[in-house]
Amino acid sequence: MPYALCFLLFVIGLYCAVVKKNMVKIVVGILVMEYAVNLFLIMLGYRWDGIAPIVDREYLTEGNNITNAFLSHAVDPLPQALVLTAIVISLGSLALMISICIRTYEKYGTFDITEIRRLKG
Amino acid sequence: MTVPLPVFVVLPLATAFMLPLFGKKGKSAATLLANLVTIGLVVMAVSTIGQWRTYEVGRWSIPLGINLVLDGLSCLLILAISVVSAAAMLFSTRYMEQYTAKSKYLCLFMLMVTGMNGVVLSGDIFNLFVFLEIASIASYALVGFGCEHEELEASFKYMVLGSIASMFILFGVALVYGNTGTLNMAYISRTISTNGMNMGLTFALGLFIAGFGLKAALVPFHAWLPDAHPSAPAPISAMLSGVLIKALGVYALTRVLFNIFGVTVTLGWIIITLAILSMVCGALLALGQWDFKRLLAYSSISQVGYVVLGLGLGALIIAKEGNTAVASLAILGGLLHLLNHAVYKSLLFLNSGSVEMATGTRQLREMGGLAEKMPYTRATCAIASASIAGVPPFSGFWSKLIIVIAAIQAEYYWIAAVVVGVSVCTLIMYLKAHRYVFLGELPEKLKDVKENKGSMLLAMSILAVLCVAMGLLVLVEPLRAGVLEPAVKVVMQGLDYSVNIIAQK
Repeated sequence: MPYALCFLLFVIGLYCAVVKKNMVKIVVGILVMEYAVNLFLIMLGYRWDGIAPIVDREYLTEGNNITNAFLSHAVDPLPQALVLTAIVISLGSLALMISICIRTYEKYGTFDITEIRRLKG
Repeated sequence: MTVPLPVFVVLPLATAFMLPLFGKKGKSAATLLANLVTIGLVVMAVSTIGQWRTYEVGRWSIPLGINLVLDGLSCLLILAISVVSAAAMLFSTRYMEQYTAKSKYLCLFMLMVTGMNGVVLSGDIFNLFVFLEIASIASYALVGFGCEHEELEASFKYMVLGSIASMFILFGVALVYGNTGTLNMAYISRTISTNGMNMGLTFALGLFIAGFGLKAALVPFHAWLPDAHPSAPAPISAMLSGVLIKALGVYALTRVLFNIFGVTVTLGWIIITLAILSMVCGALLALGQWDFKRLLAYSSISQVGYVVLGLGLGALIIAKEGNTAVASLAILGGLLHLLNHAVYKSLLFLNSGSVEMATGTRQLREMGGLAEKMPYTRATCAIASASIAGVPPFSGFWSKLIIVIAAIQAEYYWIAAVVVGVSVCTLIMYLKAHRYVFLGELPEKLKDVKENKGSMLLAMSILAVLCVAMGLLVLVEPLRAGVLEPAVKVVMQGLDYSVNIIAQK
């Protein structure tokens, strides 16, 4: 169920990016898609009774092996690392998108993409 | 000489951040450094021909760490990327003098090279996404580099569609991770071949086809390309059409389909359909263009269709368990066409840049009779046009011939007919371009046009020589065995890719 809602969020973002006429709204739509994907990644590693994936002394048995209690409770840390990377990337592309929006506004005096149509064919 | 694999990524990356430090006064030093680095990359790429290596980043063994893989297919792409980027950089030395902020341009150029080299070397699917974004973001900025009306518009359009494609790919990566529990391509492939496909993975595969299809500008997803490629400065158009759509789109798609998920008959037909749509629509739309660079951009869509058709035909034959010799012939044709297209399309874009710099226009109707004024540009353009149209001794002929032979041997006669038909369209559109640019009446205001000399001419001549010489890749046995056959082998071995890489550990 949460996955379906997450996918719904992704589709809302896609709809917004494809259908809206205002450049800023398109950028927001792309951001919503990015958040949906990030949320999905976080949910992949989520556990209700999860603990931080840091091995404490109490989770080590005598032979320095990790106990099953740790393995069955620890949250998967990898998706979180992926999300951090994805956030940094989306920050970079957001900055570029917004700056192009600003430059376009300076040139055309509008954010409406139906009026920004010099290219054709 | 064995070059450590990270050098291909680290060298351009480090250079990219060093170049802006030179500032306005050190512009020529920055240009020289950038040229030396791109030429150095060509030398290193040539030295890796025929090697098969993996590299574990930070000595963390897979599947815990990230690995870089150099195999035949990566090697082929690295070669194409470095040759085209060296020629484009040489061309920019003079061409980019008309823009301000040259050092920023050089920085973005190097970042794009970093991204593409990373994509083709990465053995980890999330890492592939990261490098893909590096290359894409650099290319969005480069398309809008002139900051004029059309360029900003094209850049925004490209960025919106490119970002959507990236999100599709990231969503696909997330689904793959959720269903297989690993991000290493070899381990994903092993898990899929033991556990089989499920709903999530099928959906991820769909997302990958749409995402990489958007990056490769296959026809239902092509809308951004005819705007983005002409708006960029000419050397960047050469890079975008020559290698970016192939490294980010075709290569990644090939890797995912053949080596990770494995091909099926349905998948083969999907790829062939996309390819034929691209070939036909791209060629027909190109015929009606009057903007020189726009015509070239549409023709890129059509030519990428050829590459994908060769691969798709191979996929179909492998999936039907047909004759493997025919399958590998089709794939050989596709990959050779990839290499050929990288060379002649970048040459054509450099020609268009040379013409634009001399005349100040890209409109075919406003030009004419430049043959006497710009003999070298004309000669190289004629060679490139002959190659792309498939006139016999030139490079394009061989790859198209191989694809046609493969289609006939596999008894898909209609595919062979389409290939030949589109080839005729290509010939017509380049005759048209040639006729309007170089032949006919010289307009009054273009009387004192001068040929571009120096580095621009050198870059064009090198690519023109390659256009003629590429046929040798098929005809000369050692070259074929060294460059093309390892790449074909990687694609043909399919899921055994994972076995080899895990065994290497």
